[in-house]
Amino acid sequence: MAVMNIIQAVNSALMNEMERDERVVVLGEDVGKFGGVFRATQGLQARFGEARVFDTPLAEAGIIGTAIGMALYGLKPVPEIQFADFIFPAFDQIVNELAKYRYRSGGQFGAPVVIRTPYGGGIKGGHYHSQSPEALFIHTPGIKVVVPSNPYDAKGLLISCIRGDDPVLFMEPKRVYRAARGEVPETAFTVPLGEAKVTRAGKDVTLLGWGSMWWECDKAAKAAEERGWDVELLDLRSLMPLDVDSIERSVKKTGRVVVVHEAPRTCGFGAELSALVAERWIEYLEAPIVRVTGYDTPFPYTLENEYLPDPNKILAAIEKVMTF
Amino acid sequence: MAIEPFQILDEEGRARPDLAPDLPGEDHRRLFEVLLCTRRLDERMLLLQRQGRIGFYLGCTGEEAVAVASAYALRPSDWIFPCYREHGAVLWRGMPLGLFVAQCYGSRDDITKGRQMPIHYAWREANVASVSSPVATQIPHATGMAMAARLRGSEDVALVFFGEGSSSGGEFHVGVNFAGVFKAPVVFVCRNNGWAISTPASRQSAAESYAVRAVAYGIQGELVDGNDILAMVVKVREAAARGRRGEGPTLIEARTYRMGAHSSSDDPKAYRDPQEPERMKARDPLVRYRKYLAARGLWTEAWEAEIEERFAREVSEAIARTEKAGPPPLESLFEDVYAEPTPELVRQRQELAAQLGARRKAAAA
Repeated sequence: MAVMNIIQAVNSALMNEMERDERVVVLGEDVGKFGGVFRATQGLQARFGEARVFDTPLAEAGIIGTAIGMALYGLKPVPEIQFADFIFPAFDQIVNELAKYRYRSGGQFGAPVVIRTPYGGGIKGGHYHSQSPEALFIHTPGIKVVVPSNPYDAKGLLISCIRGDDPVLFMEPKRVYRAARGEVPETAFTVPLGEAKVTRAGKDVTLLGWGSMWWECDKAAKAAEERGWDVELLDLRSLMPLDVDSIERSVKKTGRVVVVHEAPRTCGFGAELSALVAERWIEYLEAPIVRVTGYDTPFPYTLENEYLPDPNKILAAIEKVMTF
Repeated sequence: MAIEPFQILDEEGRARPDLAPDLPGEDHRRLFEVLLCTRRLDERMLLLQRQGRIGFYLGCTGEEAVAVASAYALRPSDWIFPCYREHGAVLWRGMPLGLFVAQCYGSRDDITKGRQMPIHYAWREANVASVSSPVATQIPHATGMAMAARLRGSEDVALVFFGEGSSSGGEFHVGVNFAGVFKAPVVFVCRNNGWAISTPASRQSAAESYAVRAVAYGIQGELVDGNDILAMVVKVREAAARGRRGEGPTLIEARTYRMGAHSSSDDPKAYRDPQEPERMKARDPLVRYRKYLAARGLWTEAWEAEIEERFAREVSEAIARTEKAGPPPLESLFEDVYAEPTPELVRQRQELAAQLGARRKAAAA
């Protein structure tokens, strides 16, 4: 098995699926000859030609809007939005068109567009290269939202998305694009959507994280161990659909929950997770649910390390629920 | 580019012999029939709305020729991306009245399952995409579909309708620009009916025509009298053929006029000189075409009366059927969000069913 980083894993998934299914096309800004600003589509155009891998004019609404038309006609477009921060010119196309197409046509049409986009902070990208807009899309019925944290999941989940019949926002944690490395099969395989992964079993606290924040959670869990707290860490992987059963099992076991995400706190996905836990399993809880999140500010440039959740902040939250 | 709209039929229904297309008599008669039925359908559905039997209606009176001619000029395998005033195009493609009426009622026999307001139809079987209320959003969809057709080696063409108001939106720009860059076979039909609800066309652009924008996109542009059904047939045919030859898209500005209100919720008396629609009656596409056909011996009063009678009966039957059909089943509320419902959707469906069940039980007790 090859060792890959997340970019290589994404590239490998696209190679496999374009080879397997001629309906798969890749489009976006700089994705062709150049292979994308992060090089995730490198080599695709050389292998599959300019008809199936092509650069578009610089217009996100056009990238997503035309991808919808292609999908209606039977293609499987995998557009890239260069940074998640740039997705908003296409917001209406995603929210009102892509996500609603199947529903509003009474199931006559589907638009299985898989939008890949790098997201998140920690790369000195400032406000326009660091945001985590997952909650806006999870709140939009009709589109799925998937966030891998590691190369294996990135490849397996992306292949599942491409083979599926629904539109997906596939958010790639660019902070760990190259840093996260691991063994990944070069042949195609799938990781199912809607299944969280328990990456660390524990009995005291349930720690919920995804994407690049999973790495911060993992460090915090190790630090907690030294303090004698046994943390169970769930990598949610798929935020919509959400693996409610795995969360339930863990919450009932530990009775304590800490949720971590880098998006702003108010109305972030942590709010939904907290409500879910409180609404369904409050009788199992030993402590309040605590969120460790970005703040309700725009994403800062110079003070981004202060803004982002880190193992110390997560450990403090664990301490809070353990000593409540 | 001509600044005067391309025209074949004058206001008296006289055709330019050098320009008139040589259509079979049967086609002429069918075109007239669909024009007429589209007009009558508007009248009937607006009445239903006034009676409170449907919640909303959006008519196309005065603009029928743009849609009917465009649909006629295409092949059945070509795709149509409607805005929301193209009832004539779906009638040309043979949409059963039952489907049209059921969609307006959102009843059990509505193939879009009561999901949208009246006239927001979608009809996959006939390659008619889904109507959405936000304007211009369908324009890049048409471009994408046409790009996909080229990629798959098909001759299919996309035709997209939108109003002159929509042409102010960003998606007009990206849709037309992408089509130009990729030489996508798209016919962009800008239905310039003079009004975007209460906003006159002069507030959408300082340019003297919308068609001239084509120059800037490096594509073909055509300014056409949209109330002249023959002129529209000729220009849409040319545009579709150009697309099929791999020569890229065409932007057609069809000059027409919104004779009625924007929708059943609107009252143009508040903003439009009532003399304006009166004056525009001289350009009525139905009247002009009727005169043309009459002069060629293709129209009689008795024939028109026969169409009217048959159509009125068919609409009445469709209304009666759909009014008996009832609403779509409760479960359908949760269908088609995704290809398969998520576990949470199943849970929510069960929650609603249980609540309604308990309420019914309480009411019965």
